[in-house]
Amino acid sequence: MTPISITAQPVASPHAHGGNSVSRTMFRVQMALLPATLYGFWLYGWPSVFLWLLTILSCVGFEALSLKLMGSQRIKPTLLDGSAVLTGWLLAMTLPPWAPWWVAVLGGFIAIIIGKQVFGGLGQNVFNPAMVARVALLVSFPLPLTLWVMPLPMSSLPTPDFVASLRIFLTSLPVPDAMTSATLLGHAKTELARGIDLAQALGTAPALSWLGMRAGSFGESAALLILCGGLYLLITRVITWHAPLAVLAGVVIPAAIAHGVDPGRFLSAESHLLSGALMLGAFFIATDYVTSPNTATGQIVFGLGIGFLTWVIRSFGGYPEGMAFAVLLMNAMTPVIDRFVKPRILGRDRKGKPLDIPENA
Amino acid sequence: MSENSKIFKDGLWEQNVVFAQMLALCPTMAVTTSGTNGLGMGLASTAVLVVANILVSLIRKTVSSQVRIPVFVVLIATLVTIVDMAINAWLHELYKVLGLFIALIVVNCAILGRAEAFAVKNGVVASALDGIAMGLGFTGALTVIGLIREFLGAGTLFAQASQLLGPSFAFLEVKVAGYGGALLMILPPGAFAVLGFLLAGKRIIDQKLAERSVPAAQPATA
Repeated sequence: MTPISITAQPVASPHAHGGNSVSRTMFRVQMALLPATLYGFWLYGWPSVFLWLLTILSCVGFEALSLKLMGSQRIKPTLLDGSAVLTGWLLAMTLPPWAPWWVAVLGGFIAIIIGKQVFGGLGQNVFNPAMVARVALLVSFPLPLTLWVMPLPMSSLPTPDFVASLRIFLTSLPVPDAMTSATLLGHAKTELARGIDLAQALGTAPALSWLGMRAGSFGESAALLILCGGLYLLITRVITWHAPLAVLAGVVIPAAIAHGVDPGRFLSAESHLLSGALMLGAFFIATDYVTSPNTATGQIVFGLGIGFLTWVIRSFGGYPEGMAFAVLLMNAMTPVIDRFVKPRILGRDRKGKPLDIPENA
Repeated sequence: MSENSKIFKDGLWEQNVVFAQMLALCPTMAVTTSGTNGLGMGLASTAVLVVANILVSLIRKTVSSQVRIPVFVVLIATLVTIVDMAINAWLHELYKVLGLFIALIVVNCAILGRAEAFAVKNGVVASALDGIAMGLGFTGALTVIGLIREFLGAGTLFAQASQLLGPSFAFLEVKVAGYGGALLMILPPGAFAVLGFLLAGKRIIDQKLAERSVPAAQPATA
């Protein structure tokens, strides 16, 4: 009998490393965001490029600053894991494309310092940092955060060149009035508040477009491209289908029912799907590992909650769009969901009792 | 360090009502939307606190410990009613802002807390000093939080201070031109964020002070 070497590689073990890492996951999510981002650059021109760049730089800068202040030994590896870049990227996608420079800087501060590092950094934050910054900016500065511009290819005005764009970004040039436009959700809300029936109001409303040919945030209007990014993440198994599908279902089901009952008061399911941050939120925000529940069932509950709250805020709330608020509310619910829907422990059933060992094993 | 200066140091810094004891957070959060509001609320609380401490200290030997809390509450409620009416009469503008929170000084845990923790165990003079020190510490905390929130949220400092302190204090009022303010800082989340950062700041200062006093103390003993 040959002695068993203690250094032998285990043949089949639960300890094999999948080769995955934080930075690889972050990189894949960024790759998935890339088509919608590039398309956003084409739609909104140089100002959106500056906004995107400065938001990311600001997030990385504040991450480095807070790590240094906390005396971290791992500043460089933490910065290179890409989580701050992704937070900045997601935040930039949800901002109005021609937002001024200080929105980007302040957004980075709120997202990274108040939204993330105060709680202890990546993996510790209760709320999605990009959404914290989005909501804080919207509540604090309602005017610049709701100044939407038409996509350049639809506009009759000449495209601002590099220098003019930079001046718009640095607020030394005002955004031309002729460029601004209402979003579909905002338009519907204003007209309803004036007592005008939706059937009549939508005649003058911006049209729906799968390609994002509408006023809106810089990165979230091209539903089709975000859907492609989401499918790429599903195929590479960065995310699972539970949360995104639940978010979409949570909006579409009540929207379809309400629209069927009273089309003059409620928008159709399709306009909900193609408006605001729904697609981006479903595939990129609701699937955040840190702030969503651990189990598949929990994620379905979480997603349905986000979707339903989004629909409720859009239909009855004071703000035309409610995705970010809904995400934050459900982030707060995540610990409760995780308490009631726990993952099964290996070798035990759902109630925590040991599994029966089969007789013939 | 003498007794009295220790009382002051405790009240203003070491045992500060807001920053160390974390008491009276409800008025702290609610009224600190501007420096003037914070100052007014702090001064009103200080007045109640000083008189309450003196009265409690005076009657501490005649009240049995079983009924002391109701007695203290009645005393404090009487004082608060007087302050409430006085502010309504003479500082009506401030009264309109602070409103309910003046009446709620009755249940301000800082005041009953000082009666219980200090005035029943100490003489009249020490109790009066403790009331002043704690009250000033509370006023200072409220004013600082109020000023930061007001500055970030509305771009002003001590707006309407002349209505509280008289026209001669109008020089305190500062308005930053061209800054619209971040509304969030005036809303409740702003109060939590500012208080959180100030608490962290106090911890850092305390740590630095402790580090500095240790090397300074060592050569003296060696």
